This record gives sequence, C-alpha cells and structure tokens, in this order.
Amino acid sequence: MAQVTLRAPLSELCGGRSHEIEGATVSDVLAALEHAHPSIAGWVLDEQGRIREHVNVFVNGTHGVAETQVGPDDRVQVLPAITGG
Amino acid sequence: MAELLVGTKKGLFRLEGDAGNGGFEVTARAFAGQSVEYAMRDPRSGRYLASVTSWFYGPKIWVTDDPAGEWQQAEGIALPEGEEQALERIWVIVPGEADGVLYAGGAPGPLFESRDGGVTWELNRPLWEHPTRSDWSPGAGGLCLHTIAPWPGDPQKLLVAISAVGVWLSDDGGETWRHSNTGIVPEYVPEDARDNPIQHCVHDVRRAPGRPERLFMQFHGGVYRSDDAGATWIDVGEGLPSDFGFPVVVDPADPDSAYVIPLIGAEDRTTPGGTVQVWETRDAGTSWTARGEGLPARDAYLTVLRESFDSHGEGEGLELYFGATSGEVFGSADAGESWTQVADHLPPVYSVRTA
Repeated sequence: MAQVTLRAPLSELCGGRSHEIEGATVSDVLAALEHAHPSIAGWVLDEQGRIREHVNVFVNGTHGVAETQVGPDDRVQVLPAITGG
Repeated sequence: MAELLVGTKKGLFRLEGDAGNGGFEVTARAFAGQSVEYAMRDPRSGRYLASVTSWFYGPKIWVTDDPAGEWQQAEGIALPEGEEQALERIWVIVPGEADGVLYAGGAPGPLFESRDGGVTWELNRPLWEHPTRSDWSPGAGGLCLHTIAPWPGDPQKLLVAISAVGVWLSDDGGETWRHSNTGIVPEYVPEDARDNPIQHCVHDVRRAPGRPERLFMQFHGGVYRSDDAGATWIDVGEGLPSDFGFPVVVDPADPDSAYVIPLIGAEDRTTPGGTVQVWETRDAGTSWTARGEGLPARDAYLTVLRESFDSHGEGEGLELYFGATSGEVFGSADAGESWTQVADHLPPVYSVRTA
C-alpha cells in the first residue's frame, strides 16, 4: 500500500500525518483516503472527484496528477499549493 | 450592546460594543487566513453559522454555539455528483420561517435548505434543475444566488435573487419557481435585446417585514421597489448620486424607509467623489436624503459589498452598520443621522451582520 502523508488541517481531520492507502492512481488513492476518512470528503477532491485546484499531490517527490500511477511502495504527499507571489 | 459578525478576506471577527458610544472591540476571531464570505446568528437557536471558502480546500458552512470556540462542519454543502460543476462558494445564509429551517445560497447559483438548524443541508433541486438554467449568465461576482427573502409567517413563500439572472419566486416552499423581473430595465444590454426575462443583475433585495409585499432592490443600474410581492418592479432611484451600488437595508418599523450606499458605476465601484454617504428614503423611494455625519467626507474611495450592510432594531432606534473592503466598519445608533467608525484596520470586509 502507498504511504500517504498529510499536513494540517488534513492530518488533524484524518487523525494523523501518515496513512497506508491502496490505489493504482493518485485519483484512486485520494478516493480511498476519503472513503477511509469521511471527514475530509470535499477537502482534497471536489464533489466531482477532481483534485482541488490549489492542492498539490507528489508521488515519490514528483508532482502528480489524477492519472499518475501509484505503486504499493510509493510515497504520496498531499499538501496545499504554494500560491501567490 | 451590539454584536456584529464581520466576514473578511482573513477570517471572521466578532465585534461587540455600542454604536452610540463607539468603543467596539474584537471579542472573537475564527478561520484565520480564510475567506469568510458570510456569518450570521440564528435568532431562534442562538447558533452561529459561517460560510468559509478555503483557498485550498473549497467552500464549507460551519456552525457553533460559541464563535470563540470549536466549529462543526455542516454536511451536504456540495453540488450533485456526476455533473460538470463544483460548488464555488456560499454567499448568504438566512433563517426560514419554519422551525429549524435555514436557507443558503451560493455560486454557481444553488439554493440549499437545512431543516435541522444548519447541521445538514440539501440542494433545492427544482431551482437547480430549472429548464432555463442553461441560459443563466454570471455577473462579475460569478453566478451567485445572494438574496433569500422569506415571507414572514408563511414558509411557503420565498424570494431569491441570482446575479445576473434575476428574481425568482416560489409559493410552495421551493417546489416550483418562476422568474419575476417585470419592470426592471437592464440598460447594460442593447435595447433590442432586453426582452430576455432572465438577464437581470440584481445586487440585493430586502423585504419590509411589516408589509411583506413591499420590497426594495438595488439593481446593477437602478434602485427598484415592488409593492406586489415582487411581481412587478418600479424604478425609484431618481435623486441618488449613482444608480449603482450593492446592499439595501429596510427599517422593519416602516415599509416606506430604506437605505442604500451608492457607488460610482460598474467601472469604478467606489464612493462618489471620495465622500462616504448612506442615502435614506422615508417615502418609499420618492425622495432620497444623504446621511453622512461622522462618515469620511473627503478622499475616501470605499467599496461596500453586497452583504456588508445590516441593521438592528427599528424606528428611531434603528442601528445601521456597514463595512468596506478597505477594512473599516461604521455604525449609527440613530437610524443614520450620525455615524461613528466602530472598527478600523480589519482585512477587506465581505459581510456585516448584526446578531
């Protein structure tokens, strides 16, 4: 299972920073994370299942998108985008 | 002692004080760093509700009994899955007439209803799925449902307004809706294109509680009044320094009394001539009088947004409060005769509501 790392406030909503989640793509992993922790429903993915515009997901340190493949030993980091100047 | 809930670009501020003596202070802050578009206190339950849009994590409604304490995220604030659009923000939250009922409006044009005091919400499907919806166009602030005006004592009657679509009426508790923009002139479209009944950039509507069929509207260009529950509208903006503005407030004690804050038109949106004035009518819009004693009289180019003007009490003791995107909040304890600055140096003010 992928190792998913969260920052506050997501980590607070999910009861911790680190979570083992199964999924073949970033989209699958985030949906499974939401399923395991309904308290973040609507926070990372909008109601249409899209990653929110200002949330970044990295897979093994590389910026990922919804379709990015995720392996069982991969590291998935979810964090707010650096926005502004 | 007055309690103001001020939604800003950087969180919610509760101010408490006395408009007659100035001296307001911040007694609670919540949602630091997040946009609080709107906050209100339900007078029936005492519960506070806030609309918050995180730049990162999207729009939510939160509820609490203590704005300085913990807030609980409300459920159901989302558009139906499987559609193209996602909820962008919640503009307004209003108590309904039935026990425990509240309404919330947002972008891109949804109306939500709660039957449990704001803890859970459901989308009003008849309006969301209205056959005309594909023809709805947004205003500069997005396709926003910003006005919800229940009918005192009758939970079946409801008026909502959407920019830039117009007024919608329901007589069956939101089961069916009809647009009602007769008499409103959208001068921002060519004359021969004004037949479209749903292209009206309504900015705000307030109902006179003592005569519910009486409504005042600040339109994108013009101030209007309805004496027939919104069926038709007549222009009553003659005498104002500008036909543009956002909020309108009514005096609950007098259906002929209303207040607006004119701004130079859509291309500028600041107080005319650098002078801040609230304009009052006591004769249902036949004439208007400037009320500016105590307000900045020169070099003051303020923008007062749609939800940033509210009242408390009525008649001679009517208290008025408004906030500006430059961070000031002003108050009057004598129905607009005189004003004091009750807060300064706040973040840009998005909404002001009395509690």
